[in-house]
Amino acid sequence: MSKKRVVSATINGNTTEFLCEPRQTLLEVLRNVLNMTGTKEGCTNGNCGSCTVLLNGRPVTSCLVLAVEADGASVRTIEGVACGSHLDPVQQCFLEGAALQCGICTPGFIMQTEALLEQNGHPTEADVRFHLAGNLCRCTGYDKIVRSVLAAAEFKRGEATT
Amino acid sequence: MATGEKRKYKVIGTRPLRHDGVDKLTGRAQYGADIRLTGMLHGVVLRSPHAHAKIKSIDTSAAAALPGVRAICTSADFPDQVGRIVELGEGAVNMRHLSANVMAHDKALYKGHAVAAVAADSIHIAEEAAKLIKIDYEPLPPVMEVLGAMRDDAPLLNDDVRMTEMGTVKPETKPSNVAAKFLFTKGDVTAGFAKADIIIEREFRTATVHQGYIEPHNATVLWNADGKVTVWMSTQGTFTARQQTAELVGIAVSDVKVVPMEIGGGFGGKISVYLPPVAAILSRKSGKPVQIQMERAAVFEATGPTPGSFMRVKVGATRDGKIVAGEAWIAFEAGAFPGSPIAPGCMCVFSCYDIPDARVEGYDVCVNKPRSNAYRAPGSTQVAFAMETVVDEICEKLGVDAAEFRIKNGAKEGTRRVDGPVYHRIGMIETVEAIRDSEHYQSKLTGPNRGRGIATGFWFNAGLKSAVVATVNLDGTVSLIEGSTDIGGSRTGIAMQLAETLGIAAEAVKPQVADTDSIGYTDVTGGSRVTFATGIAAVEAAKEIQKQMVERAALLWEVDSASVKYEDGKVIGPAEKSFSFAELAAKIHEVGGAVIGHGTSSSAEQGGAFGTHCVDVEVDPDTGKVQILRYTIAQDAGTAIHPSYVEGQMQGGVVQGIGWALNEEYFYDDKGVMRNATFLDYRIPTCYDVPMIETIIVEVPDPAHPYGVRGVGEVPICPPPAAIANAIHAAVGVRMRDLPMSPPKVCAAVMQKK
Ligand code: FES
Ligand code: FES
Repeated sequence: MSKKRVVSATINGNTTEFLCEPRQTLLEVLRNVLNMTGTKEGCTNGNCGSCTVLLNGRPVTSCLVLAVEADGASVRTIEGVACGSHLDPVQQCFLEGAALQCGICTPGFIMQTEALLEQNGHPTEADVRFHLAGNLCRCTGYDKIVRSVLAAAEFKRGEATT
Repeated sequence: MATGEKRKYKVIGTRPLRHDGVDKLTGRAQYGADIRLTGMLHGVVLRSPHAHAKIKSIDTSAAAALPGVRAICTSADFPDQVGRIVELGEGAVNMRHLSANVMAHDKALYKGHAVAAVAADSIHIAEEAAKLIKIDYEPLPPVMEVLGAMRDDAPLLNDDVRMTEMGTVKPETKPSNVAAKFLFTKGDVTAGFAKADIIIEREFRTATVHQGYIEPHNATVLWNADGKVTVWMSTQGTFTARQQTAELVGIAVSDVKVVPMEIGGGFGGKISVYLPPVAAILSRKSGKPVQIQMERAAVFEATGPTPGSFMRVKVGATRDGKIVAGEAWIAFEAGAFPGSPIAPGCMCVFSCYDIPDARVEGYDVCVNKPRSNAYRAPGSTQVAFAMETVVDEICEKLGVDAAEFRIKNGAKEGTRRVDGPVYHRIGMIETVEAIRDSEHYQSKLTGPNRGRGIATGFWFNAGLKSAVVATVNLDGTVSLIEGSTDIGGSRTGIAMQLAETLGIAAEAVKPQVADTDSIGYTDVTGGSRVTFATGIAAVEAAKEIQKQMVERAALLWEVDSASVKYEDGKVIGPAEKSFSFAELAAKIHEVGGAVIGHGTSSSAEQGGAFGTHCVDVEVDPDTGKVQILRYTIAQDAGTAIHPSYVEGQMQGGVVQGIGWALNEEYFYDDKGVMRNATFLDYRIPTCYDVPMIETIIVEVPDPAHPYGVRGVGEVPICPPPAAIANAIHAAVGVRMRDLPMSPPKVCAAVMQKK
């Protein structure tokens, strides 16, 4: 076991310092060191997308990022999406659109959707399907997820013009 | 027919927001792997690298010496089970086999079979320690395929397995891989086929596939100093998990409490226990709580799967399109231990049709793969693939419309299935009519290499036991406690039935899933039973509350309770006295204590569910890739409680069926090692692979439920492989009879035809 390192990152807007071993992934640190269990683990090898977080604004599978790589970075997780007691539009549209069944994939989909809508305010169905293809959901058949993402895009456009 | 046209109910049929939605959208919901206990250790299970091997010795000394290791266990730590047969709520299980599956005894029977486990201060120390455990294996030849395993000279997996015939074993039988034989007959099949003008007989194979839930199995267990064991886990059934755990570690059922955490998918695969007994032993030995989370590779290699199969189906029909006889021979891979869903497979193969003369023979066969488990309508998808493709071929040869043929021959009220039962009111024909009349089926499909197919499927739907408790709060809400773990929004479906019966809003009910010490016995969340059976329990609890509320009102008004009635969410007394539910709730303490309603369900039996699917595909003849262009599912939901979640079950089942049809398979090398135990290589559908799934909810109410509910979870997975195979035939003229219909196979079939 090699020595623990001190890592300093901005997590959901808060400067956070933590200790971790060099071999620990960002996912492991979020869940087991910082007790932020909203980010889910489905495979630990980058294949399912349930551990998606935004690292400096870009979606990454946190099981493939070493925690030490987050030093100096800004990390956004599912715990930082809602604003106080208000759901974010993406969350609200998922809720209204019944886009979750078991919900284990949901945090990953929300983060991936946040990233998509950041880049592309007018996604087509094909854009959405392409962008979310790295996130697996075994329950919903994706129909209601895709519809909810499109609804969230539309909602955000409405918000932007008013 | 479609929901929302006429409103018979106030709450049922509406789409309220689910009660657990915000927790799950914000990351607050606690799933099995999310619990953290003080002093908690992390466990790792060491697994066999061989598909079949004798375990000659296990040396744990080097692992035990590693700093930070707190406990190690092997099968020697588990009590001997001597082949007891125990009823576990979803069929009888041989405890010796269950125990040997949780921790291999003297033999490893599949790659990934658990052989030892370590608990340590961190997961990394536990992983290092597991590598230090020395196991001396004597590898044996594996047998990986069902027909091969049935041969007399096949390597034998279990020397205590003898073939049972319809449940009984003949004394002279030798040990074999064939664990069970089933035979169902109806009428005279020889005479039946003699009446046929056309007979089609075909052979089919399906690959082993996995449920593919995204959340791996997990368990966190504390074996306390007083001998009481608490298990936190995600499970489809807390009570069966409690019983399995207690039996396997050899303590009383009441000494185990199972606390249901949120569950990230199950589909039948989270009923059997794997980790809780192991974590329990490690906790007992270390004196600390132990958490184990399975790695994804182990989820594939050691849990799940649904059987691969070999099937021969023969159907005879007259020239005017009437099925006269059917015969099927089916063999399912049980995996390492007996227990494939061969019996339901046999019962389902002809279940969609009214066939006068039929015979079905089925075999449960052990092979060196993980012990098979339920997967959404267990056994029915395999046989639907075979039967529905044969039916399509008959329609083709006779030149009749596939929907009209199904309507003409469809099972209906009064039809007797080959295994005996006679159907009550069912909606098979209604689902075919819904597809026939749909815009999709009526539309023209044009373009090269494109084709359309339809198929129908059936699932029994279980009843079993459920319990709920509901308490009226002073603010007019009702707390609802239930034992059914909620995998896909069932809390809300149950709360809505309680709300409907009380005449209050769905939002006024606060549902919660409780642990095994806090609610009465409840069977698994499976068998499409929860909305039906737990719903019945909730309706019963609501009726008890109605009665008590009437009594309280009578006391408040000082009138005879016979002059008070409960109507439409109101309590109405003489002389135009009335209370709304909330008004009365605020006053109940003036004339008594808490108002609590109880409900149980135990004997209600569902009528069964049917679905008919229509799919358009495009086949790339150069690569063999099949693209799903359009998909419509029509399914009888009896009465849809929450249409969004009914649609969701239908859509999710369809996409799982598409994966089964086109991509998914366990890929083994000749040593019996699975070569694709990751989500990258065991490729479940992504959202890029599928279109929107159009849904038609057909409502033929089930008379066995107060609101007519039929379970919807399982049957949507049954038709897709056959519907897609039929569409491929329509597109490029080849009949696919081997799942998955992956590009290489489709490509080869197209080439061969040319
Ligand atoms: S857990 Fe990171 S991609 Fe699956
Ligand atoms: S909702 Fe269960 S995996 Fe997506």
